[in-house]
Amino acid sequence: MNEILSVDDLVVEYNRDGTKVRAVAGVDLRLEKGEILGLVGESGCGKSTLGKAIVGILGAAEGEVIFDGLPVKKLTRGKRPEHFRNLQMVFQDPYGSLNPRRKIGAQVIDGLVIGGMHRSKALARAQELLATVGLPADALGRFPHQFSGGQRQRIAIARALAASASVLIADEPISALDTSSQAQVSNLLVNLVHELSVGMVFISHDLSIVRRISDRVAVMYLGKIVETGTVEQIWESPAHPYTKALIAAIPHADGRSSMPADLPGDVPNPMSPPSGCRFHPRCPLAMPECAVVEPEFVTLADNRQVACHLQKAGQEPVSLELIPRVPAS
Amino acid sequence: MILSPNTRKTLKALETPTEKKGKGSTNSIWRQPLAIVGLTIIGVWVFVAVFAPWVAPYDPYSQEFDKFIPPSAEHWMGTDELNRDILSRVIYGARISLPYSILLVVLSTIIGTIVGGVSGFFGGRVDATLMRITDMFFAFPGIILAMAVAAALGPEIRNAVIAITIVAWPVYARLVRGLILNSKSSDYVTASSLLGSSSIRTLFVDLRPNISGPVFVLMALEVGTALLLLSGLSFLGLGATPPSAEWGAMVSMGAVNFDRWWVGLFPGIAILTAVLAFNFIGDTLRDALDPRTAKALRD
Repeated sequence: MNEILSVDDLVVEYNRDGTKVRAVAGVDLRLEKGEILGLVGESGCGKSTLGKAIVGILGAAEGEVIFDGLPVKKLTRGKRPEHFRNLQMVFQDPYGSLNPRRKIGAQVIDGLVIGGMHRSKALARAQELLATVGLPADALGRFPHQFSGGQRQRIAIARALAASASVLIADEPISALDTSSQAQVSNLLVNLVHELSVGMVFISHDLSIVRRISDRVAVMYLGKIVETGTVEQIWESPAHPYTKALIAAIPHADGRSSMPADLPGDVPNPMSPPSGCRFHPRCPLAMPECAVVEPEFVTLADNRQVACHLQKAGQEPVSLELIPRVPAS
Repeated sequence: MILSPNTRKTLKALETPTEKKGKGSTNSIWRQPLAIVGLTIIGVWVFVAVFAPWVAPYDPYSQEFDKFIPPSAEHWMGTDELNRDILSRVIYGARISLPYSILLVVLSTIIGTIVGGVSGFFGGRVDATLMRITDMFFAFPGIILAMAVAAALGPEIRNAVIAITIVAWPVYARLVRGLILNSKSSDYVTASSLLGSSSIRTLFVDLRPNISGPVFVLMALEVGTALLLLSGLSFLGLGATPPSAEWGAMVSMGAVNFDRWWVGLFPGIAILTAVLAFNFIGDTLRDALDPRTAKALRD
């Protein structure tokens, strides 16, 4: 096993006016070296919270994250333990993730010097890193405002690499960029993952990008993972009704002018999640038991995992096409 | 606090949490007419202060039998109640007002920055306690608090400096705290701690560059205010003691001898020009170093 990161029954809670909100309500994930795991879901489902909890920006209420053999501790004001320097994050907003008043060079070199590299060597290495992400060497002496969003995001990636990241949590790294930069940055990330054998969790709501770059996909709904599987499994034969609905909502540029199917209703309030299966109020295939019993996260015969009463552990997935749709009453 | 409306506006703008975007101003400070005027005036005063013994036509402390000679060819600004040459005294006055105003600003910046920095960085109870203390100082009208402190310590220029420092530091504390709170929660600080920065490193490497600009601007704007407060205390007899030549004290003599207009007028003009010049420089610095604030003020 090349497993480098594992998330075990992770729960992250926010305190909102005294009541605890479970933004992440028991999540299990595995990540291997050189693998890209796409994490998808609607806005507000807890994707970013999960990402932040994995690197330790947010503390876990229950469960734990194991990175390279050691449990991740919440980031405190003190120095982060050396071991976890290899667990890095790429933020969504490239305008906020670089210090506006410091030169690019200084910020990339920081990642090296804090790790104990000598300043004279660090300069050369920083130039190498900037070249890796496709920026000229003279970028070192410039300030963030002299770069475009895409370039800034690449600088942020270079900084993460400076800490010799072995796992990157990329929190919507391209959603703030324009289309051409999106392609550049996502290609860069894919190449780095493959060349440096980095594991990456790619958090995004853009399903088409996730499909293109991921090896595996985890679908999240209201704080829980409802299905994980390979890209083919998820796209060709989704085993969870939510996955199916999410895929169906992608608009296709196929010239047939078919409108994407939308999922009725909104994401429920995470302060009072529905009983039983969290998806049942919106599920077209909901059965009476869905409102009562929460489905377990089971592994099917084709090695994917899903949390749905329609699917049984160890068996081939039941095609959702064959199940008659329950008319909404 | 006695803050000029300008300073107050600046503070408000500085504390507004907006992320700076776009390019910084490329306008050189040296091309701004206000800055040139301000720098020239300050340059003259600094020159006069440094070379006072050579510039001043008379000994500022020598007294003669005559008194209150109006401005004439011999005494350009006339003489005061002890027949001391007012021009010479104004010149020597620069040796008190300028260095002490700058000292005041430096002292208040040091205290305010430490308090505000600790408060903003550590947050929680530390922040609550320090900010309530700061609020306490804000609750008093500045000149009254300064007068009370100066009166308690006794009239002496050193005590006036202590009194004004006590009154002036909270502005810096609040500014620095606001700036730290703004950038502390930013992604780049998080990224830095993910890289393994210690808190000291975060404070001095990541946060300091984002604080120094606005603090510098505030310092420049506050030199004038400090000079006014210092002169004010001396005017009230709580600062410089006779016979030292201090502008505020001289104006106060002018107020007593109101019919001898030259006694108060010339030191008054000295205060006016120095304060005005410092404000010009402060404004220009703000425009150059902090385009965001400058824009907020213009809107």
